[in-house]
Amino acid sequence: MERVPIVKIGQTLFVSIQIDLEDDSVVRLQEDLADELTATGARGVIIDITAVEIVDSFIGRMLTMIGSISRLFDAETVIVGMRPAVAITLTELGLSLRGVRTALNAEKGLRLLNGTA
Amino acid sequence: MDIYGGQARMAAYMREHRDKVTDRWSELVVAGVRGRISPEEVSRELEDLYSLLLRVMVEADEHATGELRAALDELSRTRARNGFTPSETAISVFALKDAVYELLADAAELVPEYLTFSRTIDDLGLRTFETYSVARERIIADQSAAMLELSTPVVRLWDGIIAVPLVGTLDSARTQLIMEKLLETLVATGAEHAVIDITGVPTVDTEVAQHLLKTVSAARLLGARCAISGIRPQVAQTIVSLGIEFGDIATKATLADALALALRESGLKVGPA
Amino acid sequence: MDELPIQSGDDVVRVRQQVRIVAADCGLSLVDQTKLVTAASELARNTLVHGGGGRARVEVVKSGNGRSGVKIGFTDSGAGIPDLDLALTDGWSSGNGLGLGLSGARRLVDEFELASEPGAGTSVVVIKWSR
Repeated sequence: MERVPIVKIGQTLFVSIQIDLEDDSVVRLQEDLADELTATGARGVIIDITAVEIVDSFIGRMLTMIGSISRLFDAETVIVGMRPAVAITLTELGLSLRGVRTALNAEKGLRLLNGTA
Repeated sequence: MDIYGGQARMAAYMREHRDKVTDRWSELVVAGVRGRISPEEVSRELEDLYSLLLRVMVEADEHATGELRAALDELSRTRARNGFTPSETAISVFALKDAVYELLADAAELVPEYLTFSRTIDDLGLRTFETYSVARERIIADQSAAMLELSTPVVRLWDGIIAVPLVGTLDSARTQLIMEKLLETLVATGAEHAVIDITGVPTVDTEVAQHLLKTVSAARLLGARCAISGIRPQVAQTIVSLGIEFGDIATKATLADALALALRESGLKVGPA
Repeated sequence: MDELPIQSGDDVVRVRQQVRIVAADCGLSLVDQTKLVTAASELARNTLVHGGGGRARVEVVKSGNGRSGVKIGFTDSGAGIPDLDLALTDGWSSGNGLGLGLSGARRLVDEFELASEPGAGTSVVVIKWSR
């Protein structure tokens, strides 16, 4: 099972998903993020999905859950880099990912997080 | 009724007089397309068909019949692409009947077999009609797609603010294209605001509203804030009476109002020079 | 035609990858490829999680008017779905409340066939045509 690395820069946790993840890895990511948020007290999470080609309902729900869990730790989550084809497919599936913010890239995502301090 | 195969005698006769028949067939076809295809090209097309047909007339095995059909389909598709009518295409096949009939003036004993042969040719001619219509539909579909592409521009109103002026009805095919273009433009320009102007959309019913909501939803997944502008008074009434809810999507009467909103949200102001 | 087993999370990933390859070869647009692979992911996961494992069959098909498409069949011999109509409504879920994703997958493809008997397993066949 692949473990997605979490990098802390300042008050933000960065996660970059580079490969086609199987379900167990996604669940593991959720757990690891919860651990990191508790341990570091980070105020923001940026999940970069620029390299992700498929987001189905399971992964979509996981992302929303990550948003909810982060909020419990008083942190905001921003999903960045979603591909147009993925966005169109998620919309068709009826998933709007309410509860997480979105941005075109990590830089904009960071601006979003800092703006809501 | 098996109209292919079992025509060995006719086939042998046609093989013996091949040149005479194919020349006459060519002549008739060239006349039928009023010279729009050169005699050389017609000859080439027909020689091939003739050989394949003779094979099938002797023994209609799957392979031979398949090859004959494929050759005919190719002929039909080419004619469709080059703007010939379905009749002109079918005539190319039916003309063989005339060519053979003329030949039979000297071979009275083959006249009974002519009926079977005639039915074979009829069947092949009708087949060209079908292949033709399928090919034409494909061409029309491609042209429609090209037109659709042209009628869906995405324009840049200002730094970080893009607009999609919609004109005409909004169906699911169009919505797909709009979503694709809008999202690609968001990625390319890094814009964070999008305005969808529906001044040119004649009616907004629940289906159209769904399409709009989907488009906004998709754009939001890329971090863009959307507004819908161009809501005419009658459209507003329809929307309310149908119970359509736009939720937290900003809606404005004019594109100008939506632009002002987007500028404000971007932290920009327009003032005297 | 490819037959792929679905017995683990890795198998679901493999199904996605194989469908992606076939869809691309078939000439489907990027968005259509993404929709099909996503639908396949949903259905493969169902087969694994709710069907107790099964298999997927991926093949290229041709329509009457010459278009090509990708056909995928998912079969399992699990508990089956008791109420098909209910299963196809948005938001229906069984077991652990995560939803079956059937209605979502249906929206992503052009043709969708579902057959299920309680006690005799489930079969889902989907087709997406190139334009």
